[in-house]
Amino acid sequence: MAEELKKDALVQIDYKPPKKGWMDTPVEFRHGTYIYPARAKNLKYLDLPNPREWSPTDEDWKLPENWKEIVINGMKERLDKYRSFKVYMDICVRCGACADKCQFFIGGGDPKNMPVLRAELIRSVYRGNFTAAGKILGRVNGARKLTTDVIKEWFYYFYQCTECRRCSVFCPYGIDTAEITMMGRELLTLLGVNVNWVIEPVANCYRTGNHLGIQPHALMDMFEMMLDDIKDRTGIKIEPTFNRKGAEILFITPSADYFAEPGMYTCMGYLMLFHELGLDYTWSTYASEGGNFGLFTSHEMIKRLNAKMYAEAKRLGVKWILGGECGHMWRVVHQYMGTLNGPADFLEEPVSPITGTKFENAKSTKMVHIAEFTADLIKNNKLRLDPGRNDKLRVTFHDSCNPARAMGIFEEPRYIIKNVCNNFFEMPENTTREQTFCCGGGAGLGTDEMMEMRMRGGMPRANAVQYVHDKHDVNRLTCMCAIDRATLTTLMEYWVPDVKVTGIHELVANALVMKGEKERIVDIRGEPLKEEKGGDNV
Amino acid sequence: MNLTELMTDRREIVLKQWLDSITASYSAHAASFFKQQKNRFANPVGHTIEETANAVLDALIHREISTATRDALDRFMQIRAVQDFTPSRAVDFLSALKPILQDAYKDVLRNAELCDEFLLTASLIDSMLVISFESYAKYREKLYELKVNEFKHMAFRLLERANLTFEFQGDDPPGDKGISDNETVK
Ligand code: SF4
Ligand code: SF4
Repeated sequence: MAEELKKDALVQIDYKPPKKGWMDTPVEFRHGTYIYPARAKNLKYLDLPNPREWSPTDEDWKLPENWKEIVINGMKERLDKYRSFKVYMDICVRCGACADKCQFFIGGGDPKNMPVLRAELIRSVYRGNFTAAGKILGRVNGARKLTTDVIKEWFYYFYQCTECRRCSVFCPYGIDTAEITMMGRELLTLLGVNVNWVIEPVANCYRTGNHLGIQPHALMDMFEMMLDDIKDRTGIKIEPTFNRKGAEILFITPSADYFAEPGMYTCMGYLMLFHELGLDYTWSTYASEGGNFGLFTSHEMIKRLNAKMYAEAKRLGVKWILGGECGHMWRVVHQYMGTLNGPADFLEEPVSPITGTKFENAKSTKMVHIAEFTADLIKNNKLRLDPGRNDKLRVTFHDSCNPARAMGIFEEPRYIIKNVCNNFFEMPENTTREQTFCCGGGAGLGTDEMMEMRMRGGMPRANAVQYVHDKHDVNRLTCMCAIDRATLTTLMEYWVPDVKVTGIHELVANALVMKGEKERIVDIRGEPLKEEKGGDNV
Repeated sequence: MNLTELMTDRREIVLKQWLDSITASYSAHAASFFKQQKNRFANPVGHTIEETANAVLDALIHREISTATRDALDRFMQIRAVQDFTPSRAVDFLSALKPILQDAYKDVLRNAELCDEFLLTASLIDSMLVISFESYAKYREKLYELKVNEFKHMAFRLLERANLTFEFQGDDPPGDKGISDNETVK
């Protein structure tokens, strides 16, 4: 009988991956792992090169005739212009410390998702064209020729990097692979190799001021809806102002906060908080987007889209800018705004009109993070809070990549959360703060055709949520980023369906005791404040 | 010695070989990472592989596919469903166990009684393969459901219905060609 079970009688599959080196393994475009190309009309609108009809699965990508020259010249220009790029190209010692720190590698195992190899995709071309050793020794020196396969590989892997910078935390030389990805994307942009999920919001933003192309009257309609809901749930009628000249503060937040769930509840939180404080502030229908998908395209595009923040602040004559819960907006504000569009010497150093606190770290940009603003209010006892109103929620906090790694803002959000709810549980240490795992959908990856890759890259984050869900019955995942609020929602639906996603100021909205409010029986989502007996609690 | 005792006895050898074979379905870099990094949060895939392998061996030893076995298989399939595998490759880690077992017990399989027991083991493995396949299919379907849900939830679609957005949004979703049907490129 044993004979029947002979090895060769069973299905035998070769488990070994091909022995070819990474340079010889061309990319295979499978649905779910790449993003659709940018529509020609969006590229045209932005005056970007080579608008055309093409697909990543086509053999011929219809690159410009002199595409090689364009890339090499583009590289040269950037090596001269950005010292960091040149340094990152030269100093990696391939120690491997970053190799297993990228969530896309951790979740999927594709070696080209190891940051060291992701960078090598471009570094190999750098060596082959810009270093003497590489030119002479070629492959022996890790150099290679620029071919269309290389371009395809760049497109595939630079859009499998969320520019989250987790890897850079572990690199002894501080090499930031996110910056290398950004350079890769810039070079691809020169060839018209872009993704629509990034370029369409950019085009919209350039035209209407926000990613979704929402025009002022539509934006007002969205606010009407939210204000009606607030009145319904709290009994309080709020009348915010828009484009008001002479306001003390201009408030800017990602547009996803006022058009999509669950961001809208966070936005309602801002509206309620500012009303309760009697803050002299205004919204803008022009600077109606905190997000900046230019960051995922090119430095030039960052600048073009970011310019409206200061321009609007100047036009309205405000003293300083307050910014909402967004991730990459803060990366832009902290890292680029000052140099690209500053100095904003027409603004004043931000001071909280409620507590008198000077926001020292916003001295140069003149833009304050809402978490710092609210934490300061709580610290100074300026808010009446009833954390018990969030008692049906068992909350954990996801450090969004950009606020965490680009700003180091760890304590303020936690301080707020602990003051507005009673049940807070941290995820394991090696998955939070600087080491936080990405949602898997940042930097323009958050589109539905990328679902498989997103679930793969978001898996380490979801795994940590699963752990606190199993251990502490956690049912809410808080974050302070608009992309997170969208992508984590889907991530949870796949991995931990009992956990819903929330912004911090949604929790504030629930807990905030407002003057003249009616008895609160529902939360800001319109769901019962207290757990329904025997029912689903979220 | 019956098969249960034998299996308990030689569990570590089988486990090691099987883990090697499961991880070998990934790239060489990934295989060594999945095996070596023991922190479950730094290496959730490796951790799950090990948990699943142990749960399967438990099931074989106790000759019972318990809820714990099913949960472990389900969890692993949830991961495999997003990892570039074809359906058959996603589940064939179970068929790979058979030759490993056969190899580990080749000295005793001439014993007719044990051989019968071994057949039962093989059929348990087959059952687990079917269970895994069900899970795999469920998660693939879930992925498509999520795509649809996400698209539906995008509120700009709602705005659009109310004719509230700027015309950029008025087209069909971009297709693989990055262009909608009614659009021409000059
Ligand atoms: S996704 Fe994050 S961790 Fe991975 S390579 Fe990009 S920046 Fe590094
Ligand atoms: S950790 Fe830094 S030096 Fe080491 S391989 Fe990664 S990028 Fe290179």
